[in-house]
Amino acid sequence: MTDIAFPPTQSGNALTWTISDIAVVTKRNLIRLMRTPEALFFSSLQPIMFVLLFRYVFAGAIPVPGGSYVNYLMPGIFVQTMCFGAISTAIGLAEDLQTGLLERFRALPMSRAAVLGGRTTADVCRNIFVIGLLTAVGFAVGFRPTGGVANYLLAALLMLFFAYGLMWGFAIIGLTAANAETAQLMSFPLLFPLTFASSAFVPTQSMPGWLQAFANNQPVTITVNAARSLMLGGHYAMPGIIWKSLAWSLGFVVVLAPLAIQRYRKMA
Amino acid sequence: MTDIAVEARGLKKTFRKGQVKALDGFDLTVRRGQVVGLLGPNGAGKTTAVRALTTTLRPDAGTATILGLDVVKDAAKVRRIIGLAGQFATVDENLTGIENLEMIGRLNHLPHGFVKQRTEELLEQFGLSDAGSRSLKTYSGGMRRRLDLAAALVSSPPILFLDEPTTGLDPQSRLGLWEVIEGLVRGGTTVLLTTQYLEEADRLAEDIVVIDHGKVIAHGTPAELKADMGATVLAITTDSPEQAREASQLIADLSPKAPHFDGNSVELTVEEGPPKAAEVLRRLDAGSIPVVGLTLREPSLDDVFLALTGKPTEVDTEAVTQSSTARGRRGAKESS
Repeated sequence: MTDIAFPPTQSGNALTWTISDIAVVTKRNLIRLMRTPEALFFSSLQPIMFVLLFRYVFAGAIPVPGGSYVNYLMPGIFVQTMCFGAISTAIGLAEDLQTGLLERFRALPMSRAAVLGGRTTADVCRNIFVIGLLTAVGFAVGFRPTGGVANYLLAALLMLFFAYGLMWGFAIIGLTAANAETAQLMSFPLLFPLTFASSAFVPTQSMPGWLQAFANNQPVTITVNAARSLMLGGHYAMPGIIWKSLAWSLGFVVVLAPLAIQRYRKMA
Repeated sequence: MTDIAVEARGLKKTFRKGQVKALDGFDLTVRRGQVVGLLGPNGAGKTTAVRALTTTLRPDAGTATILGLDVVKDAAKVRRIIGLAGQFATVDENLTGIENLEMIGRLNHLPHGFVKQRTEELLEQFGLSDAGSRSLKTYSGGMRRRLDLAAALVSSPPILFLDEPTTGLDPQSRLGLWEVIEGLVRGGTTVLLTTQYLEEADRLAEDIVVIDHGKVIAHGTPAELKADMGATVLAITTDSPEQAREASQLIADLSPKAPHFDGNSVELTVEEGPPKAAEVLRRLDAGSIPVVGLTLREPSLDDVFLALTGKPTEVDTEAVTQSSTARGRRGAKESS
């Protein structure tokens, strides 16, 4: 087949092309995010309202160890916001599927991992923005982390990694749902028990025994506790909890990422 | 040896666990430099055929090659030599024209400098230079379709697949796009085009393949297909649909093919026009059916299509909007 005139190619190998493809798709997703500022604004408004709601409406009714509810609350809000943010991974993919853009991508010689890699990488960037925003809002309403700057950043990385693991699960939802609305509807029943039956907003000791058994051992509680341990220390210090959280996140990535990529490949 | 650009042999694909046969033994041969029109009603299997040939859908059975490369085994290589422009402009409306073309160029792994240069060239060629740095949200339907086609051409692919390139476009934009496609063909590009518009196939394609129910039901040049139809179409116009029906009963035996109604008119395909026309007038006069008009004309591809599939080709706007809203993965799979 020497007479086939292939187009010229950028020098590189399978690995560098994969990285470059992921970068191209990430950039495209971030441009989309920037060009729809209204979506960014309203999706930021919701966690801010949660902060205000719990800080000023529920705080007085929820006794917590250590006394400062806003300190207790903020790590929970961070994790909750990122969990719900993972819905946008599902929605983004469902939309690309619906418009036919993924069909065009599938006919290109690009890496089969790039669509999902680019989606999740862009969503990690969005989460970094969310952490910055909520940190500012938290400080404005009296959040005073006592664990030190290094531990605060470590907690941020830990939470970002957890959200990253979760995204791969939502990528599968996005590729399975017929449209963006269905993707969103499929996500809520998963996220509600995980975020609310957890230590994010109230100490789990206040829950009935059977619920505690679930709440104490599920990954959101573990990651919230790990973030608290790092951000606040003192009362909330839990040796070993960080490793538990990392193990969950790593488990999510190792199990869900290959499943999602396989799902993308098999969609043909 | 690789004079054959696209070849499909016995392609089969079913959806919904075998309930929907989208392709049912589909065969196709496209020689290099040829423009072949794949024609068929909604749901005939046109899009499924294009998806199988462009590696985005794995056939259940059969084989297909692009310039001798197998679409399943050599999919990665095939993707480097094909361009695909979709039924719906699959460009990203949040990006600018330039950003869209550069993204596709980069994902084709073309050299960076080459991508920049090619992007400029294409925008110029498609009359989009001024709109290049604007968001697609400001583009008209025709402009989007041109950009979609430009995106398929970034890598200058020798084989181009156009899946209903002008569906939903206004006549002027359609004409503009036809001229662009004709230019590409003059430059030596091989084109496989699916369409529901016979006028489009008649103008652009040298060879026409008619498919229905996932199978090829006719194949030939537009002239050959028309010749197969019989020499002349005889159209009679009466005063009312009822009269048209009566008239058709009186003249049905003049042609082996069944007459076709359209409002007050009846059309009949006959071998010899003038003598049959005289006979028709005699019979209708005897039957006291007033004849408002009578015309004899060469058959159009529409007549061919109707005769072959039993379905007229007109796409009502409702059908177009329906399929564009049912654009989910499932919708896309099953709509044809």
